[in-house]
Parts: sequence; C-alpha cells; structure tokens
Amino acid sequence: MAVDIIGRVIATGDRRAWVLDEDDDAWERRSTVRVVPPVQARKLAKVPFVELADGRLQGVVSSGSDAARVYVSSITAGTHGNSCSTNNNRPCGGLTDLYLCKHLDALVTEGIRQYGQERVARYLRVEVGEGKDLIDCLNSHKDPAPAAAVFSRFLRHLAYLEVPESTEPVPELHWFPAAGAVG
Amino acid sequence: MLAVQLRELVGAPEAVDEALDLVAGFDGSLTGGLGRMGDRQAAALSAFAGALAGSPLGGPVGEAAGKVVAGSIGDDRLATLAGGRAALLGAVHDALLERLDGALGRSRSPWEDRAGEPGAVTPENLLAGARSWLHELAIAGWRGVDHDLVSAAGRTIEGLWGEPASRRLAVLLDGLASELRASCPVATMERVPERRWADLWTRAVLLARAGSWTGDAEPVSGRLLVLGVDVHEHGTAVQVQVHGVLEPADGGEARLVRAGVAAAKVDTIVGPAVWRLLNAYPVLLAALAERRVLDVTDMPLTAGGDLLWREDAARAGEPADPFTTARVRLGGATAPSVPPLDRHPVRIAEPVLLEGYRYADGAVSLDGTSLEIDAGRLPACGPITPALVKASTACIGLVRWDGGRWLLQPLALQATVRKKPVEAHTGDWALGPTDPKVVKAEARAGDAVAVLRERAGRLLRK
Repeated sequence: MAVDIIGRVIATGDRRAWVLDEDDDAWERRSTVRVVPPVQARKLAKVPFVELADGRLQGVVSSGSDAARVYVSSITAGTHGNSCSTNNNRPCGGLTDLYLCKHLDALVTEGIRQYGQERVARYLRVEVGEGKDLIDCLNSHKDPAPAAAVFSRFLRHLAYLEVPESTEPVPELHWFPAAGAVG
Repeated sequence: MLAVQLRELVGAPEAVDEALDLVAGFDGSLTGGLGRMGDRQAAALSAFAGALAGSPLGGPVGEAAGKVVAGSIGDDRLATLAGGRAALLGAVHDALLERLDGALGRSRSPWEDRAGEPGAVTPENLLAGARSWLHELAIAGWRGVDHDLVSAAGRTIEGLWGEPASRRLAVLLDGLASELRASCPVATMERVPERRWADLWTRAVLLARAGSWTGDAEPVSGRLLVLGVDVHEHGTAVQVQVHGVLEPADGGEARLVRAGVAAAKVDTIVGPAVWRLLNAYPVLLAALAERRVLDVTDMPLTAGGDLLWREDAARAGEPADPFTTARVRLGGATAPSVPPLDRHPVRIAEPVLLEGYRYADGAVSLDGTSLEIDAGRLPACGPITPALVKASTACIGLVRWDGGRWLLQPLALQATVRKKPVEAHTGDWALGPTDPKVVKAEARAGDAVAVLRERAGRLLRK
C-alpha cells in the first residue's frame, strides 16, 4: 500500500495515478512528494536482483547447485523474448521455445513480488486476463540477449554495500523521508 | 508545545507566499527547459531575478537571467541562478524558523563562520561531470528527460559514491536520477513535481560547485539525552538522525543537537532491515533500542549542531526516558544555527513535545488549533503507525513545513491501546524488531543484507 505525503492511500496501479492526488492543487509546490513507488520486501536468496530496465524485466538468479554460479535471465518488453544464460554466456539448458526454465520462472515470481503484478505487466506490455497468471499470458519464445550488461548492473548494485563509510551528515536527505509504516 | 504556542505558529509569515510564487516561476522554466523558453517562462525568470534586485545577489542574478533568456546558458550562469533560488528559499526558511522559534520561545545560537582546514576534496573531474549533467538537465528541462539523459549520469554518480568527501552530492544525485528514471519519458507525465525536482537540482548545482560545506567541528563532552529518531531513505541511502539535548560536561547551557549516521543500500533492503546496514554503530544503536543516555567525550560538533558520530567517543549510560527529557530539558535548550547554504524550508525539523491533544482527520488539535500529522514521514523501520498516532495522548515530534502548511512528524508516542498504556519510539527496533508479528515477517523474508553481502563477497572480487 502506498500513502502520499498527507497520508491518503494512493492507487498502487498505474504509476501516473500513483503519483497523483487529483484533489491536491499544491502537489507541484511540495518539496517532499514521493515520486518512486515503494519496492516491497522479498526474499533475496534465490533471486538477489530484479529490475525493470533497458526495456526488459531482467535479473540474476542464483544457481541451486553451485554457489559461485549465477544465471542472468530476462524477458523483453513487447516481444516477450526470453533469455537465460550463466554470467559467462553459457546458455541455460532448461530454456526452450516451449518451456521457460526455472530461473525465468523465479525471475517473474520475484519481479511481481517486488514491483506488483500491474507494474510488471504494464512494463512488459502484457494483458493479464482475470484470474490468470502473468507468466501464462506472455507470448514466450527464446531470444538470447547478452548477459554481460545485466551482470555488470548487478555487480554495481552489490557495490553499494561496500561504499566507504562517511560520517558527514547529509542534510539533502530531508527531501527523502522514510515512509511506509502501515497499521 | 502549548495551545497558545500552536496558535501563534499556524499560518505563514508575510511575503512567504509571494516569494514562493516567484520560486514557482523559476521552477516552471526548469520544467520546460532553459533551452526552449517561451515568453511566459522568460517573464517568470525575469520576475524571479527582479525579486533579488535589492540583495547583493541582485546584479549577478539579473545578468545571468538576461543571458539565459537570450539563449546563452553557461555553467556559471546556472550556478548564479541556483544561488539566487537558494537565497530566496533561504529567506523563506528564515521567516518560517523565526516564527517557529518565536512561538516556542526557543533561543538559537547565532551563526559563526569557522574558517578551518579544508577537508578532503572531491576530485575536480567528478564535480565537472556532475555540473555537465545538471547543465544538460537544465537545458532539456524535466519534460525533455529520457532514458539516455538519465543514464548519462551513471559514471559520475558511481565515482562520487567512491569518494567519502562527496557523499552529499552522491546521495542527492542518485536520488534525483532514480526518480527521473522511474518517470521516463517525463514528457508523458501528467504532472511534474516541479518544486521538488528544482529543489534537488538547485542543491546539486551548489554542491557540484565547491563540494560540501559541512565545515569544521569542535570537540564537545557531556551527556546526550535522546529525544527521538528521524529516518531518511531513498533507494540507495538511509540516514538515521537522532535529535537530543546535550548537557555539556563543563556545566554550560543545554543545547539541542543532532547525531546522524548513514549508509548506502539498495532498494530491496527496506523496513526494519535497514538498521542492519548501520551495524558499524553498535553503541548508538544499543542506546536507541534500550533508551539510554549517551555519554560523549570529545565528540566533534559542527557549528550547525551536528555531532560527527564516532563510536569510540561514545558510551551508552543509564536508562533515560525521552518523554522526561522532553518535559524537563527541551524547553530551556538552545537550538543551533543553520549553515547558510543549508537554509531551505525542507530542513526545518524542530523537536517539540505535545500533550493532551485531540486527534481527528489526520491532525492533532490543542484548544481548537490543529496541526496536520506528516503521515509521509512514518518509517517502516519503527513501531510508529498511523493507528498508533490516532490512539496517542502524548507525542515527541518534529515540526516541519511543506506545501504551505505546518506539519508534525511523530518520533515518539504515548498511547492507550486496548485500555493499556503503550509507548513507541522510532528507534525502538534499532537492534531488531520487538513486535512479534514483525519479527515473524522478518524471519520469513530472511536477512536481505546478509544475502547481498554474501553475493558481493563471492562475485565482486573475482
């Protein structure tokens, strides 16, 4: 659930609706309106990284058998081309034109957990019929995409946990209030 | 805060609305882009410059506005305009803070410039990279922002994160870039958060000019009595800012101070998990979770009232009830001055104690005067929820101001839930959540920080 600056619940569906509070004329004149929808907490063990970027739902899935190996999986928006390979570009044996591999399956599940089904569906441009699962509504086919760019984005993501410490106060963060308490 | 003080506070000082109208004109020109100014935007920019005519900035800002309207948009002119906008909002900040101090009867130290050694310096190429991106943004305008323009900042932001001296700019630019990325293409957005993005742009231009202006600190010793904890967060940063009363060991007057610690993070680390990113500060976190006093020895304190936190200079002492501190010590404590370039209404965050109020429709009222609750500032990492605010009878909070009205951000509450008294503080979960429901949810989700640190350990150094 998303709450705007004055505590009204905002629709979590369409992003445009999300940021808008129709009655609120002062919205443009506020310093602390929330622009990015909040991301939901999820288990990271299997899929440490998911993002909607570069025109794809893409991410990194940890191998179940080898802790040093990861798979880079993606689904392209619009065409729904599927790709899955190790970070060294070795194609995933489980992915065929007929079946999604378990990595892509996990990627979609976790992507929906993180962003919500509507946001993922809108990004991938897929119509999800009433009572259907998003993954069944994709026009899936194999379409290998290079893994290197996604993998390096993942490494950059991880690098945030290792930035050097600084104790300088950051007054700029007053523009970024922590929110999200519910109940 | 008493009813009579609240009555004195509500409303805006004279001329604040007019000043903000001029700022809105400037912000509008940034939305369309300085590279594509129509007559209306040009007139708004000139009116904005005109407002500063009587100030020392009048000449340069007027000249810069004229040049920009004529299509000559250099870095120096943008910096001058940003300086003008910051000055105008600084004046608004001063008027608001003066009204708040007046209503509360709060005394504030005058600003003292501390010359002092220049600290670590941000490499010039990174600052130049930031300036050039901000320049492109200004020319394209928010409406002209697309994925390519957002991505152009990637390398600079990555470099800035690597330099502790440029943390403020790194945090700010990363926050702005991620909002722009999530809004791409901005041209199709129905409404643009004009004030917000122009605020962020302005501050970034100033920081990219000369680096940070936090300035020198001098050592203080004494007892730090915690009032409450304010939490700030965006996708890649979290900051915990403790507000407290410092009783100097030398017997000097009690002072209001802040102590902040921050960490970089990723967007999937949310809720109570953010505390785990701060595990380099066990003394501070334990004092918050256990509600203890902090004895500090030679801890550096800036002229702006920020303790530059050093774990080795602090020790958790006896238990101390923040509500007692608020009742006994808050009224007489002297507030710090605000560093000149930090002055902006968004920074107003003055600790107050409210008791015996009524709650209705998202606001508390004392004797019929109401103060809206800042519900967008109740963090998921602590136990304070909207329901608890509703049930509360006493509150330690920060008075804030945004969108033309005063707001109250609760930091600590005393409430009655199912006929039993309960107390909740934002920092209660600093060592982990204490609410069994939240503990369970956390256990189900697993330790996000540990998972990502393991992945980083295995994959980053190959």
